Amino acid sequence: MHSARIVLRGCCVEKVELKNICVSYGEHAVLKDFSLKIEPSQIIGIVGPSGCGKTTIARAICGFIKPQQGTVKIDGKTMFSHEDRVDIPPEQRHIGVVFQDYAVWPHLSVYDNIAYPLKKRRLSKEEISLQVQNALEQVNMVGYEKYMPSQLSGGQQQRVAIARALTSSSDFLIMDEPITNLDAKLREQMLVEIRMLQQRLGTTIIYITHDQEAALQLCDKIVILEPDGSIAQIGSDEEIIRNPANRFVFQFIGVSNFIPVVVEDGKVFFDLEKKILFKSLIHEKIPGPKAMLGIRPMDIVFDDDSPVRATVTQSVFLGNMYNYFVRLPGMEIRVQQMVISENAKFYSEEQEVGLAFLEERYFEREEA
Amino acid sequence: MDQIVLEHVTKSFTTKSLGTVVAVKDFNLSVKKGECFSFLGPSGCGKTTTLRMIAGFEDLSEGSIYLDGRLVSDKKKNIYLPPEKRKLGMVFQAFAVWPHLNVYDNVAFPLKVKKYSNSEIKKRVELTLHHINLDGLEKAYPSDLSGGQQQRIALARAIVVNPDVMLLDEPLSNLDPHLRESMRFEIKRLQKEFGFTIIFVTHDQAEAMALSDRMLVMDMGNIQQIGTPQELYHKPVNQFVYGFLGQSNFTDVVIKDGRVFLKEDESNLLFAGTSLDLKGDYVMATRPNAIDLNRHDGYKTTILKRTSRTEFMEYMVSVGKGSIIVQTPHRNFFRVGDQCFIKIKEPKWYKPESKDIEEERKRRNTI
Amino acid sequence: MIFSRAKNRDLARLEGKGGFRPDRLMIILCYVALIAVTILPLIMIFYYAFWDGTKIDIATFKLVIFQKSNIRCMWNTLVIGFCSTALATVVGVFFAWLLGRSDIPMKGLMKFLFSIPFMIPPFLAAMSWDMMFSGRGGYVNKALMSLFNLTKPPFNINSVAGIIVIEVVYYFPFVYMQVVSALERMDPTLEESARIAGASQSYVIRKITLPLTVPAISSGMLLVLITSLSNYGIPAMLGYSQNIFTLPTMITALMDRAGGSFEGIRQSAALSIVLVFIVSIALLVQRRVMTRGRYDIIKGKSMRPMLIKLRGAKYPLLAFSLVFLSLIVVAPIVMIILVSFVKAYGLPFLAENLTLANYRRIFVGNIMVRDSVKNSLFLAFSAASICLLLGTMLAYVIYKIKPKGGIALEMMAVLPYSLPGTVMAIGCILAWSGAFFGITLYNTIWIILVAYIARYLSYVLKSSSAALQQVHVSLEEAARSCGASHMQTLKDVTLPLIKPAMISGFFLVFLPCMRELTTSILLYGPKSRTLGVAIYQLRINGQIAPAAALSVVTITLIIICNNIVKAITRDKKRG
Repeated sequence: MHSARIVLRGCCVEKVELKNICVSYGEHAVLKDFSLKIEPSQIIGIVGPSGCGKTTIARAICGFIKPQQGTVKIDGKTMFSHEDRVDIPPEQRHIGVVFQDYAVWPHLSVYDNIAYPLKKRRLSKEEISLQVQNALEQVNMVGYEKYMPSQLSGGQQQRVAIARALTSSSDFLIMDEPITNLDAKLREQMLVEIRMLQQRLGTTIIYITHDQEAALQLCDKIVILEPDGSIAQIGSDEEIIRNPANRFVFQFIGVSNFIPVVVEDGKVFFDLEKKILFKSLIHEKIPGPKAMLGIRPMDIVFDDDSPVRATVTQSVFLGNMYNYFVRLPGMEIRVQQMVISENAKFYSEEQEVGLAFLEERYFEREEA
Repeated sequence: MDQIVLEHVTKSFTTKSLGTVVAVKDFNLSVKKGECFSFLGPSGCGKTTTLRMIAGFEDLSEGSIYLDGRLVSDKKKNIYLPPEKRKLGMVFQAFAVWPHLNVYDNVAFPLKVKKYSNSEIKKRVELTLHHINLDGLEKAYPSDLSGGQQQRIALARAIVVNPDVMLLDEPLSNLDPHLRESMRFEIKRLQKEFGFTIIFVTHDQAEAMALSDRMLVMDMGNIQQIGTPQELYHKPVNQFVYGFLGQSNFTDVVIKDGRVFLKEDESNLLFAGTSLDLKGDYVMATRPNAIDLNRHDGYKTTILKRTSRTEFMEYMVSVGKGSIIVQTPHRNFFRVGDQCFIKIKEPKWYKPESKDIEEERKRRNTI
Repeated sequence: MIFSRAKNRDLARLEGKGGFRPDRLMIILCYVALIAVTILPLIMIFYYAFWDGTKIDIATFKLVIFQKSNIRCMWNTLVIGFCSTALATVVGVFFAWLLGRSDIPMKGLMKFLFSIPFMIPPFLAAMSWDMMFSGRGGYVNKALMSLFNLTKPPFNINSVAGIIVIEVVYYFPFVYMQVVSALERMDPTLEESARIAGASQSYVIRKITLPLTVPAISSGMLLVLITSLSNYGIPAMLGYSQNIFTLPTMITALMDRAGGSFEGIRQSAALSIVLVFIVSIALLVQRRVMTRGRYDIIKGKSMRPMLIKLRGAKYPLLAFSLVFLSLIVVAPIVMIILVSFVKAYGLPFLAENLTLANYRRIFVGNIMVRDSVKNSLFLAFSAASICLLLGTMLAYVIYKIKPKGGIALEMMAVLPYSLPGTVMAIGCILAWSGAFFGITLYNTIWIILVAYIARYLSYVLKSSSAALQQVHVSLEEAARSCGASHMQTLKDVTLPLIKPAMISGFFLVFLPCMRELTTSILLYGPKSRTLGVAIYQLRINGQIAPAAALSVVTITLIIICNNIVKAITRDKKRG
């Protein structure tokens, strides 16, 4: 493989720094006093429900919108500052951008699409050709130089978009929902390819998505945003799954159950239609006499000896898993079981079962 | 009682670009009254064509179709009952609700065709709308409503004449993912309440397994296997069915004297003690969820990669020079590089598939 | 698309260090141009109709309206309009069903034949039909009279009925095109779901298919109605000899006879307002129908609708259609060609009566014809170029820059499209005869140019805006992120992507200008005749054979240009 350019940065300079960014569209405030530091040479996911402002953050970094307040710095250099009246236009910020709808120019060939940023920088023909070849290798599209975008599939167009972003800037990319429009199999494949690309080149990638699955699979660090634009947690996939910072993060990943609990006489009871004894010895910290128990469906197991009894209301066989809806007195919860054997015990509707809970977490109970 | 019977049904097409294609080959099936039955397969496998033949939108090239004991399609005897006389309910993939009629008129249409009285129509339509949770929307037009609501209009319209059989063509694929589960429950509930037989077509194995009493898997016009979802998942007759019904690992192995070795390195003992009397080259098929990953005993392996999924953790573990995938709940946590052990449970053994079959499948996918 | 939620106004407005803002300049230019070209003429019409020089005066207006001959011409206009619309709809829907939904053979040939009437200017076609069927002199009438020993000519084309028939023959393709497109692209599951519900094929057609095509049918109908109300060429060719007038021909005649007198001009202006009023009502109806009945019936899947098997009726219908099409397409062309070779109109087509003299006459030594060819080419080319620049700039301003008064700009540009050409011409005369800053364009070629620009600007606006709207914001943002400035993005991304639309926009104006008569008949001066005017004058002066010869030349020119356009646009699509 030709030599890829790996750009080393001093470990103390953040790649991107956002300070006190405020963005409003008319009356509606999307980002309020938002600050974030992004380290170089990692894939950082910015994840959140729609409307939380994640795209706005990306656009502010790129220069497509002007925040009403705050500063944007890339590699320590100020790109935007409201106070100092600095606003570097997008074409001078040197960021590679990959758009959700690929935005590959239909009137230019694959080669010309990828070469465009280099032409804008007035590089020599030989240098351009070399870098375009390089980029094509990175995305496995060598040989497609003369193709027109209309002759390519969605996945191939996406790769061209990535290659073009790489020639624009091989050390900093922003990707906005780049794989949403692809089918399931291709999505998996692209995630693997993006990861391998990043490892080869050491690029910093900001990956914007609402798809938690993609973020968990791909990113070194994930920034989870609450609907109002504030940061709920920043952490690796392991941290987010095993140590969610708050109820929103816990709820955001996959499916979850919340059961109200109450602490009396040093024991924990389920606070439902009737009080059910859950734990006689408390090891964890429980926030307050009244709290919420958060537990994932996969962490509830059937245990005939458990004092906690419930009735199965629905059971669905999905192949690798059983999905159950189970009723406790006063609420219905979800239970999931991996199918580990053909002879695994299967519970049908109306059956009475005992439940055991593993890896439970306690959160504050908000008064309705 | 057999509600729907297909005997030796075959359908061929001739196109200019591809010549003659046999879309459905010697299809034999009996669906019992009240069953929920699905046709599962990749695109181009012939499942939708078969459904359309049952509905009467396509002619047969060979064979016969019986509905409720009555012969409705037979090429040899030149019998063809048009769709409007087959008394079926059908829901199409893109809903096909009529944009120029409001919800009430959409649902009332089948009754108007049969010349029911206005008062009878009103009663039935309102009852059906109530069952489907569309009360209050009678005067709305489809373009004002969401995809899920349009789906329900299509369902209501099919149900309002109390058909014995409902045909559903990819009913959930045009809905948002989070809507799909609730729609699945809706359809099941409606079946319980109204008691009709359902045949539905899908390419989504989870959907098929969740909804069906029995199902079949089709590939390139041929039925591969018929049975309950559990039967198909746990006892697939070939590698295609195995792979189609869920995530799988396929490992090339050599079996000698009841012991299983990796094909790439015949000294590497993977597994001892198959009770089956097999010898030679085989493909070992395993489910990622049915492999026990632990720190105590089994086949020695290293964690190569960890991928977090929303519902479980996925680990790629080394097997010889290759790897297999293991899925396990989040609470079973390992790090990349950890030395572990795997115990393979209930593997299935298949003879390796020939290259020709792979090529033909690729060709059909482009149609 | 998430990235595009922020308004692209941000991007367009990011420029502008210092005072110079290219987008500001463009907005001002657009306003100035549109007001001069569109608004001023309209204001002048109202002014002349209701202002007698010192005060508002409705008396003249009332006088004109209630004059017997004017009432008759208003009646003619309405009768012709509604009858031709009704009949054209029947014919158009019939053929749309035949070609879009049945298994009739030779569809390709028939579709090709349908495209030809679009290329022949209506007044030429009318002239040809006149040659065939006018009273005792018409060739076909003469042949039929001698064949069947008749004493009276069997067909009289110089009548209201005759005008209606010709209009139906040339306007039904408007309805046909709309309906056939809807039928061919309709989602077949809409009909299949009705069949499963128990409906027979005919029930499905009645209750599902037809209602779903109503929006297409009504848009075609209204197009026919508006075109008929505004048409000058057909009633002029067929009606003058029998004193049958419609509003456009009456307005033109009054203007001619007025000879510049204030009173005469006021009468024309008054009638113009009546015509505008009638057309506006039709437009309002069209708007209401369109907003109510827009159905999304076209789906992505490539399944074709089930074809109706014609069985026994197949070959009779085929024969009928081919005969019908040959009559309306082939016969007029053949007639014109034959007459162009005849020594004098009326002589039978025998070898001794044929000559090339007509062609010689119009090409050699006839300054009027030479000038008219030159003028038409000049006008078509300039109008197309100016419309292209102005229209594209307008589209960019309205759809990309999106200033606050955007809707006003759009309305001003589209307005003349709906006004009858006659009215625009009158307005131009009134506006540019010294009323503003002493600018007099009357009797020069420039007034025709201004009228053409006003008339055809909206064609370019429509095609350029459609193209611009397809250039997604993300395509432009991608260029910015790749290092291109705002201007470079325009040059490298936006313009190349709308180039095909711009090219077809150019020809959308060029071709109609070449074959136009309605506007130039009012505006031509001694040195600024157009092709249409030249043909018309030859005909009026009794030089029918030379008129035919010039018509053949014109039609040939149009067909050549049409094919050049097709070749160019096909190449662009492939590229």
